[in-house]
Amino acid sequence: MATTVVADDTGRAKPRLGDTIFSRLALAAGIIILVALAGVFIFLTIEGAPGLVKPASFYGSASTFAGYVAPLLFGTVLAAIIALVVAVPLSWGIALVVSHYAPKRVATPIAYVIDLLAAVPSVVFGLWGITVLAPKLSPVYQWLEEHAGWVPFFAGPASTTGRTILTAGLVLAIMIIPIITAISREVFSQTPRLHEEAALALGATRWEMLRLAVFPYARSGMVSAVMLGLGRALGETMAVAMVLSAGGGISFNLISNTNPASIASNIASNYREGTPGKIQVLIATGLVLFLVTFLVNFAARWVVTRNERKLAR
Amino acid sequence: MAKSITVDSLDIYYGDFLAVEGVTMTIKARSVTAFIGPSGCGKSTFLRSLNRMHEVIPGARVEGKVMVDGQSLYDAAVDPVAVRRQIGMVFQRPNPFPTMSIYDNVLAGNRLNAKKMKRAEADDIVERSLKGANLWNEVKDRLNKPGMGLSGGQQQRLCIARAIAVEPQVLLMDEPCSALDPISTSAIEDLIHELKTEYTIVIVTHNMQQAARVSDETGFFNLKAAGQPGHLVEFNSTQKMFANPDNESTEAYISGRFG
Repeated sequence: MATTVVADDTGRAKPRLGDTIFSRLALAAGIIILVALAGVFIFLTIEGAPGLVKPASFYGSASTFAGYVAPLLFGTVLAAIIALVVAVPLSWGIALVVSHYAPKRVATPIAYVIDLLAAVPSVVFGLWGITVLAPKLSPVYQWLEEHAGWVPFFAGPASTTGRTILTAGLVLAIMIIPIITAISREVFSQTPRLHEEAALALGATRWEMLRLAVFPYARSGMVSAVMLGLGRALGETMAVAMVLSAGGGISFNLISNTNPASIASNIASNYREGTPGKIQVLIATGLVLFLVTFLVNFAARWVVTRNERKLAR
Repeated sequence: MAKSITVDSLDIYYGDFLAVEGVTMTIKARSVTAFIGPSGCGKSTFLRSLNRMHEVIPGARVEGKVMVDGQSLYDAAVDPVAVRRQIGMVFQRPNPFPTMSIYDNVLAGNRLNAKKMKRAEADDIVERSLKGANLWNEVKDRLNKPGMGLSGGQQQRLCIARAIAVEPQVLLMDEPCSALDPISTSAIEDLIHELKTEYTIVIVTHNMQQAARVSDETGFFNLKAAGQPGHLVEFNSTQKMFANPDNESTEAYISGRFG
């Protein structure tokens, strides 16, 4: 026998050095992420806990923490939802054009430009939103108030500056398009050729091929893309703080002057002049944002795995 | 409903690259026609040009004529989607839709063709197609299980069931057994024998015994030389091809003296 088995005292095959190093490195990377996440959570809890039970004066007109954070949370979620409603169909559309419709010499530059969009700092988006988009949207809001005022979303009175939650949502939408597009494009283009050809050979049109072969394959990746976009929209600070003229409670009126701020933008605009007590309140709102983001992510994962289990049965 | 195919001096390109040159042949209705030849000689490319699947690759195109019962396949007015609905295809590796049940996999093509189908009608098609593909007895109790849960050979027969569910005029098979074990292969070969009473079948195979077993006519493809386009060397009845071929290189290839 020419083969020999190298064994140590325990009788097991000796692990190779390279394998050991790599597995330790991978393990360390995984642990670091968990530690960082736990660290953030612990910081928010310790620093924010006192902010939950301050005297009523700390919470402005609301007088309790729940009353203080509720409009902020509402504003955060509302702006993020507006952003998703606009960005998701657009992003999936762009991703499909790039991966399946456009010829390569068109698709590559489009993909490149979209990726560049992701590199634009959020302050720049904020500036653009405040100086260009908001004034341009103001007449649109007037028009909406006049012609669609019976829809609660457009009840008005329309903001004359255009710095409404809808504008903020639209700016957010543009900011999250690149990430949703990039990930969706990646999963769309990874659809096995074999499945696409199976659909085409049955006489599927391009759209039917997408429905039969591409979407089922890409579904969990599409949801991941949306989740990442949502995470960014929920946490985006500067653009919202700059664009939104905040002040107001819970309201579905998207085009008026009385907009709820978002949690992140509220922290950004009040942190500087905050007293230590006030800052604890702000950190507590940060904790709420952290938990909401977490829950949303878990919910999305659950939806995806439930779908996959249903298929595996 | 089975139809014959006439091919006249067909050149097949990938962009500027001429992959297959000057193929002329007539494929008879209700018979099995096999294509053999070394790898890369263009058999699969030629097969894919018969249902316009070739052109789904960017830059791919053909020149020449393909007539199916007198109707030109590459006429400007012909919709490739309509062509593929009438000329079914089975691929080298089984490719059932991974997220669909066995039942839905069989009906995938029919659901593209018809908007609404009654439940009874759908059940009928599923049963008939799966029986046609010799799979009914193995799967009739688990039609709602995913198609990916079947064995490789069963998956391939599921793909055949899916292809015949739309009652195509021609069935193209691109090395349908190359990923299967001998028992599944034999099941598919038996199936090909049964299917030829109703369909025109064209099969590409690397296995010469298989060509000899299943086909009525055989075409031998080869490269003229390395880097040159593939072409059809000889097209004859299978019996003649394997006993007494006209062309020397055919004989060399079939008897294993190829080089």
